[in-house]
Amino acid sequence: MTVLLQFAIGLLFGSGLVLSGMSNPAKVLNFLDLGGIPGGTWDPSLAFVMAGAVTVAFIGFRLVLRRAAPILDDRFHLSDRRGIDSRLILGPAIFGIGWGLVGFCPGPAVTSLGFGSPRGLLFVAAMLVGMGLARWLWLRGWSPRPA
Amino acid sequence: MISPDFSPLAALIGGALIGLSAVLLLGLKGRVAGVSTIVARLLPPYQDDELPGRVAFVVGLIAAPLLAGLAGYWPQPTITGNSMILVISGLLVGFGTVWGYGCTSGHGVCGLSMLSVRSIVATGVFMATAMVTVFVVRHLAGG
Repeated sequence: MTVLLQFAIGLLFGSGLVLSGMSNPAKVLNFLDLGGIPGGTWDPSLAFVMAGAVTVAFIGFRLVLRRAAPILDDRFHLSDRRGIDSRLILGPAIFGIGWGLVGFCPGPAVTSLGFGSPRGLLFVAAMLVGMGLARWLWLRGWSPRPA
Repeated sequence: MISPDFSPLAALIGGALIGLSAVLLLGLKGRVAGVSTIVARLLPPYQDDELPGRVAFVVGLIAAPLLAGLAGYWPQPTITGNSMILVISGLLVGFGTVWGYGCTSGHGVCGLSMLSVRSIVATGVFMATAMVTVFVVRHLAGG
């Protein structure tokens, strides 16, 4: 039952990506391309996706976190990390370079599999290798704190 | 100035659905809807017993285009770049999101909504390097 709910939550998330156009990396690249402003190819849609998502989550999280615990678990699993460490700069810097090359971040890349795209599958396979490598280094103690 | 593809209403509504999904996951399971973390933990080693829920979430993501297709909407993604670029990009996105504790959803949507300083920093960094990368590829390298 809980698993079905989590399927539905993933379906809702993916539907948001498809409806907003964010499952199309070409549209994402046209947002990231500020150099396209003079030529009329800049597409601000991604900023509106973020605005819609953050507005709903900002209000919804506050309502949810008033509860002592979530409905189907005994506690909230939130990060207890504080402060800025080198990984928090290096990781996103590397991620951004990859994102700028093709226009795929993890959610849209996984969702693209539903379109049956072989190129999306190649990207996701490489992404899983990258994730596995980072996680392996992390668990081997290459960074100060365990996963 | 602005592309004719700009679709503010669909973007706002789609974004709201993403936000609602994040609120439901936190309210029901107490978990952050960060896709990179959820996907990375599909790989071993398994540190908790949440694998079935993570698989279900990911299957839900993949099913979304099929649902859209049933509703008569099939926006096939346009994926540019040769196979080598796709592999390099995938490796960087996979490594960087795990190394940086999250991606566009975990830091960008959930973290910003919680006013997390760490997520605000991470989001600023990946937005900046992504924009610089696109600028270099499209306007400097002649791509």
